[in-house]
Formats: sequence, C-alpha cells, structure tokens
Amino acid sequence: MKFNRRSFIKLAGSGTAYLALAQIGVSLTPVTAYAKDIKISGAKEIVTVCPFCSVSCHVIGYVKGGKLVSTEGDPDYPINQGSLCAKGAAMLSMTNSHHRLQKPLYRAPYSEKWEEKSWDWMLDRMARRIKDTRDKDIILKNKKGDTVNRLESMFLLGTSHAGNEECALAHQAMRGLGVVHMDHQARI
Amino acid sequence: MTNHWIDIKNADSILIMGSNAAEHHPISFKWVLEAKDKGATVMHVDPKFSRTSARSDFHVPLRSGTDIAFLGGMIKYILDSESYFKEYVVEYTNAALIVGKDYGFKDGLFTGYDSKTRKYDKSKWNFEIDSEGNPKRDKSLKHPRCVFQLMKKHYSRYSLDKASATTGVSEENLMKVFKAFAATGRRDKAGTVMYALGWTQHTVGVQNIRSAGIIQLLLGNIGIAGGGINALRGEPNVQGSTDHTLLYHLIPGYMAMPLNTWQTFDEYNKANTPVSHDPQSANWWQHKPKYLASLLKAWYGENATKENGFCYDLLPKAEKGEDYSYLYLFDRMYENKIRGGIIIGLNPMNSVPNSNKVRKALDRLDWLVTSELHHTETTDNWKRPGVDPKKVKTEVFLFPSAHRLEKEGSVTNSGRWMLWHYQATKPAFEAKSFGDMFVGFMKRVQALYAKEGGKLPEAVLKMDYPDKYDPEELCAKINGHFTRDTTIKGKLYKKGQLVPSFTALGDDGSTSSLNWLYTGSYTEKDGNKSKRRSTKQTEMQKRIGLFPNWAWCWPVNRRILYNRASVDLNGKPYNPAKAVIEWNGKKWVGDVPDGGWPPMSSGKGRLPFIMHKNGVGQLFGPGRQDGPFSEHYEPVETPVDFNLFSKQLSSPCYKFVSSDMDKLARPADPNYPVVLTTYSLTEHWCGGGETRNIPNLLEAEPQQYVEMSPELAKEKGIKNGDGVIVESVRGRVEAIAMVTIRMRPLKVHGRIIHEIGMPFCYGWTTPGTGDATNRLTPSVGDPNTTIPEFKACCVNIRKADKLTELAT
Repeated sequence: MKFNRRSFIKLAGSGTAYLALAQIGVSLTPVTAYAKDIKISGAKEIVTVCPFCSVSCHVIGYVKGGKLVSTEGDPDYPINQGSLCAKGAAMLSMTNSHHRLQKPLYRAPYSEKWEEKSWDWMLDRMARRIKDTRDKDIILKNKKGDTVNRLESMFLLGTSHAGNEECALAHQAMRGLGVVHMDHQARI
Repeated sequence: MTNHWIDIKNADSILIMGSNAAEHHPISFKWVLEAKDKGATVMHVDPKFSRTSARSDFHVPLRSGTDIAFLGGMIKYILDSESYFKEYVVEYTNAALIVGKDYGFKDGLFTGYDSKTRKYDKSKWNFEIDSEGNPKRDKSLKHPRCVFQLMKKHYSRYSLDKASATTGVSEENLMKVFKAFAATGRRDKAGTVMYALGWTQHTVGVQNIRSAGIIQLLLGNIGIAGGGINALRGEPNVQGSTDHTLLYHLIPGYMAMPLNTWQTFDEYNKANTPVSHDPQSANWWQHKPKYLASLLKAWYGENATKENGFCYDLLPKAEKGEDYSYLYLFDRMYENKIRGGIIIGLNPMNSVPNSNKVRKALDRLDWLVTSELHHTETTDNWKRPGVDPKKVKTEVFLFPSAHRLEKEGSVTNSGRWMLWHYQATKPAFEAKSFGDMFVGFMKRVQALYAKEGGKLPEAVLKMDYPDKYDPEELCAKINGHFTRDTTIKGKLYKKGQLVPSFTALGDDGSTSSLNWLYTGSYTEKDGNKSKRRSTKQTEMQKRIGLFPNWAWCWPVNRRILYNRASVDLNGKPYNPAKAVIEWNGKKWVGDVPDGGWPPMSSGKGRLPFIMHKNGVGQLFGPGRQDGPFSEHYEPVETPVDFNLFSKQLSSPCYKFVSSDMDKLARPADPNYPVVLTTYSLTEHWCGGGETRNIPNLLEAEPQQYVEMSPELAKEKGIKNGDGVIVESVRGRVEAIAMVTIRMRPLKVHGRIIHEIGMPFCYGWTTPGTGDATNRLTPSVGDPNTTIPEFKACCVNIRKADKLTELAT
C-alpha cells in the first residue's frame, strides 16, 4: 500500500482509521491523538486552481463547518505535484482576509466618501447608466453610411481573473450592447 | 504554448529569453530542472541576473529591446553552419515557396511602405502562384526568390560584430548560445523556447517571437516533444480569457471582429475564409463559417436563422483600421470622448503606461463600474494624492468580488488545458462572482429596453442571455448543442444534445457553440471533461508525460500542436525515443494528431501546419504589419542615435498616441541616458492590487526599489539603500537603490550603456510602499498587437533629497 501524508490523514479522519492503521502495523494511540488536533482532520477537500500565473497549479481547500481552514498544493495534479510558490501558498490568508471589500460601495459625483449600498440598488443604477449612455451615443451608421451599431463611448477592461464561462458571458454582453473598446491583461 | 508545462522536461536545450520563469512561473521551473538533471543545457538571456539565471547553465545579459539583433545573429549562424533540419525545412516549412517579384528590402524597409500612413501594402509580399492557384515551389531551395534564399540574404547582415555591438553581448557569449541551441537541429534533439512579457512588451514584440518561430522551424523543433514556442502566459486565466476573447479585435475562437466593410454574414465569410487549391493543405479555416454560425446561434438562439444571417446584422462593426485597445481608449478618455465603462479584476491606473496621463483620463468619465477584492489605485483614483475629490465628477460603483475558492468554473492554463475549479466556500461578506454581476446588470438592461424601448433595442432583446449565472450550464453552452435533430456520419443527435466535436458544427443553424475550439470538451458520452483526473496513459504517452486523460485541452485534446511535423513522410517519428505520434499502418497512436489523415507518403496526407492556408510553417510571414522577416529596430526611446543594421532607427510602423502628455525623449537624449526595464515579482501580482494587501506577501517584498549596477551607482554617487528619484520625460518615481551586480553595464556601440530595473507592483493605496513605476513608461505599441513598450525606455536616476512616497 502506498502510504503518504495525505492518504494517512484521509485514513486518520475516517471511521476505518483503526482498522487500516492496524493492518499496516502502526502504533495507534499517539497518532490518533495528533490527528484529532490537526486543523484539517474531518475537513472536506475541495480542489481548486491557483488564481495567479497560468501554470494553474492545483490547490486543495480544506473546509470545515463552511469555513476554509487550510490550503495546500494538490499532490495528485501532474504539473505542480503539490508544490506552490509564495502566492499560491498564501491562498488561505488571501481568501480569509478581512481587508477584502465587504459590501458594494458607491461614490457619488464630487463626493469625498464611499457609501454602502445594496447589490440591487447598485445594479439598478448601473443598468440605467448603461442604457442612457447607449441610447445617447450608439452610432448606427458611420459617415460612409455603413451600418455599424457601435457604442464607442462605453468600454470594458478586464479580466483574466474571470473563468472561461464568465469571459464568454462578458463578451456576449458587450457585443450585444455594441461595445468595441474591450481589452484586458492579454494586451499588457 | 504549442506544447505544455510538463513537456519542457523533454527538451535537450532550453532557451529562456524574455522571461524570468523561476520567479514569475515558479512551478514551471520544476520541469526545466528536470530537463537539466537529464543533461539539457539551460540558457537565460535577459538584462538582469535572476533566480532563473542562477539555475541556468549560463546567463547572458543583453540590452533591453535588442532581441532581434541577437536572434537574427542566431538565424545567420544556423544557416551558415547548415545546422538546420533540411528534410523538415523542405517538406514542412515555406522555405521552398517562391516569393513574387515585388518583394524587396532596402535601408531597413520592406517594399510597399507608405510613410504617410506608416503602413505596408502587404500585397507586395505575395507568393508567386501557378496555373492551379497554388504557390510555386523549388524544393532544391536554389531559386533566388524562394523563401530560403531570401531569408539567407536578409539575415546575412546579422554578423557577430554588429549583433554584439547592438546587444552589448560579447561575441563569445553570442556563440555560446548559438551553438548550444543550434545543436538541436538534429532529428533526435529537441530545443524549446520559453518567453513571456520580456518579448511581447516591445514595439517589435511580435517580430521577437517571429524570430524564435523562424529558428524553431529551421531546427525542426515545432510539433515535437521538448520543442515548440512556449509563451508563458502571465495571468491566471489569460489563455481562457483570450480564447473567450475579452479583446476588441476578435470574437471568440480567434475569428476577426466584424468590420464596417463586412456588412453581412456572407460578406464576413467571404473576406475571412481562406481558400486553398492544394489537395495537400487541410486549410482548416475553410470551416470558419460553421464556427461563426454556431457562435451566433449561441448568442441569439431561436432569433438567429439562416435567412437573417443569424442576426449578424445586429453586431457592432468596428471601423476598418481603427484601434480600440488600451492606449487609444485612454487617449480618447483624456480627450473627453468616453462617457463610462467597466473595469474589473484589473488595475490599469498602475499597469498601463504613462500612469500620470491615464489617471487624469479616468477623472473625465461620467461613470465607472469596478469589481475587486480590495480597494486599488483604479477604484480609488478619484481621491489619489494631489487630487481634490470635490472636483472629480465620476460616479463610481465598486462591487466586492468573490475569490477563486469561492466560485466554480473552468480556467485554461498556458498549455491549453481546461481545468475545473470547485467552490470551496460561499463568497465572503457580500461578495459575488463576475458572472453574477454581468447577469445582474444585463437582465436589468434587457428589462429597461423591453419596458421603455430605445435605440436598436433588438440587439439587446434578441440575445439569448441567461437569467442566472450557472457555470456548469454555460460550460456546456460553450461546447455547444444541436438546435434540431441532426444526423452526423449516420448517427442521429437529438435537439438539445451536446455536439461531440467541432467537426459536427454546421453553417446551417443546426448547432450552437460559444467557442468552436472548446467543442468536444463537454459531451453526452464523457460529461464535463475539464473535471477528469485520471493519470492513465499508454507507455508511449508516458515517455513524454502527455497525460491525455487529465482534464482536456483544446483543440480536440491535442496536447502538442502541429504534431504531424514530428514524423517523417511515412509517419515514423523523427525521434522514436520521444515520439509524439506514430502511424501504425492503420491509424495514428500517441497524441491526437493534427487531423487523422494518413502519412504524406500515402498521397492522401495533409501538411502539418493545418491552420495556415498553405499547410506549411511560415519562415516567411507575409501577414504581419511590419514585414515578412524580423528586423532589428531600436526601442522608441533608445540610448543610441543610429542603428547598425539600417538607416531606420525605430520600427517604421509602431503605434503611438500624441496628447500633450505623451512626450518622448529623443534618441540618445543626454538627459535620459539610462535604459529602464520593468518586471513582476514572485510575491506580488502584476499591479499589486491584491497581493500588497496580504501581510505575509507585503512583508517579503515591502517597497519600491530599483536594481542598478555598482558602476552606475558610483557614477551617480548612490549607495545601496539610498532613496533615489528615477525620472523620464513623462514622470518621476521614488525608489530605494539596490546596488547589485545582477545588473551589468553593457558595451554598446563601443561605449558603456547602463540599464536599471524596477518592479511595477507598488501603489499609493498601500501607504509607504511607493507608487506606479508606469509613470515613467511611454504609450507606444507594437504595430500588430498594440502591446505597449514597457520593457525599454530611457530615464535618469539621482539621489533623492527627500522621500514622500516611501516609508523610511
């Protein structure tokens, strides 16, 4: 039986721990005591992909009671084989950071401060801004008389942090509105 | 990447140029070191000595922006020493094709140049065509106008002494790299090129990569294990976001953005679908109308019919020749021509050149929507230092964004592997995904149009846009569905079933797909293949670490592109020890071949470069804006005032904008004698908008610094640890001097030129760390891509009297 730290932890966290450990002849008492204390015992393992460079190292998120308690490199993924760089290794503190933005924020014209708003309020107002901009500025014909349906005065910048499905949605939305100024990290 | 990360281990020679892989793609280096352990030569050509250099067999410092002088010298060496792989060059590249009589090159310019428009008439570079409509060939490679002879003539000027005097690399060091890499021109050797933004971020960026393409084709290194041109894509999902196309000039799947000159679906297809009369050329883009029809069916659903051109008429049409990229967008914003927009997961106030200008430009918007993890220099631009918020009119929306672990979906790595990530926890606080945000506002915009009407409401209302963001469902929609019962090769597919492969996509409205390249990733038989986690592989696949059952890769799970070039005309691998594919008499085994046709010797084969009209690799590249061969031009800001290779100092086609804030230093300007290059850090991500807010990462790299040689430091009276001011004609930046032999003075044109290097990840929202390095860099770009020239500009450096941006 191949026996590494991960499979050991899996065993130790499961009901069959004693049986399995007994089978391979390990002294049970001290190990069990240790396993009870470690923060990932009993945690659910979720596979994710590091959100930085496109080596796309796989990361395992350990979740207990709906909370992320630890992250580590996925040893099964054939590219990173468990390794992570400084950024990948900081995934836990990045996700759980309390410095993160917590609520939608709104800054009115000429205001000196942010105000907290609800998602619905923000989305309603944003939609209004987009529609008004489009209705005012969309160019249906160019000077030569060609149909162009172009909304030049609105743009989208970003992002490669989005997943494939999000990018597909974003592109469709922008072309539907007539947006031509569209760019992201691939060009810088 | 033509190949993939693990495949780097198969290389015998690794040229890392324009990349600091060990620090910026740290885990990729696992595979570089594995190759090295097996005897590969690893070379790092880069202005700065880094951890990549430390692990390489040798480091060769060169002056930023002179890669083509270096690589042109290598092409000349390969041709002079006849190190090239002759059979491969004759059979699989366009070396034998005859170029028309109009082609020429003189004084640094190719024929067809118009100095008023700064553009070439590319028809001057066409191939000579025979009576059947195919390019004429001379497989003896002796015809004076065949590509091979023209290439020989073009690069004959790249002598060692000129290459050395331009790049600052000694002749001895040039030869060391040339010899080690050219040694892979044998059938049993592989050489790989790893590059990143150090090549793309120049006004000759595309031609830097073209030069490497020429080298790799000459050496027979494309399509093989351990070979290829490997762009180390820098961003988390930048491969996927390029495939699904958050770019102005394309629509998903690498199809051109519709232009005003293509008014209808038929006009688009006529202009964009290449025609080849050569029975040996697969000319894969002949299928483009099927991919476009399927994309439009996915966008407009039932509303898209064959009769109405699948709603093509509703799409915006870009103006022919117009550029809508960053540089031009911010220039138009600065000119008050842009009303509002959306910036998500991006910090352009730090990462776009000439930050002083782009920060002012952003003030001129009426409204701005942002979505981020933390406050950034972009979200908070209205209250940046030195600005009175009471004078900034912009209405700003800032949505809290979900982190990667808080959402599920697929991303695509640099090796084109499509990978599923699962949701570990619910988004923290009130954060939501970008997908939720897009659906949220688009449904509202649709509702407003339905209620109020407005301009061209049908373009918005006829869209088939989801009511809820569901990545699994969208992933299937990207793959595509049959829109009616359809029989393919005798098999009936019911309406609503998933399309099994892009060969089943139709131009008649029978299928939908948000991206033809991903068709086959989600099938009735295997489900969502990005979730596959099997390491099962055949012995042959295992030898080169192909892992065909782990996830899925585009196209059609082909792990090494152009792999038909890894075998001879009989389908036998050039290097049996590291075979990618092999014809076993009945079928191909190994990787998924570039098309299932039998080997070339059967007479029924197809040439390996199936995406090119003529089926062959392009030593001569007549499609580029700035010439069919690469040519050395100086960066737009250069410390020298002449070019040893021609009278043309800088690229005749580079792009620029010309507001009052877009100043450029003149060539060899004594006020700005030092070359500046910029780079990322392992601990900080690009503009730093996220990583600076993570204490453990900020502690490791806390503050803006500048790396400079002891010689320059002595000349300027600067000591290690001193506060300094780095200044260009556009702006100034404070930094801490890091005096180090990692930066070397270079002997260029017979005198010493100094180069310094700075990270660009620091910004004012993290107090005391410093502020945007890009206040120094110019808004000039490559003529093909408009990627800005971040990697080379001219500055000066002096000791600071006092520091205001940096904590001391």
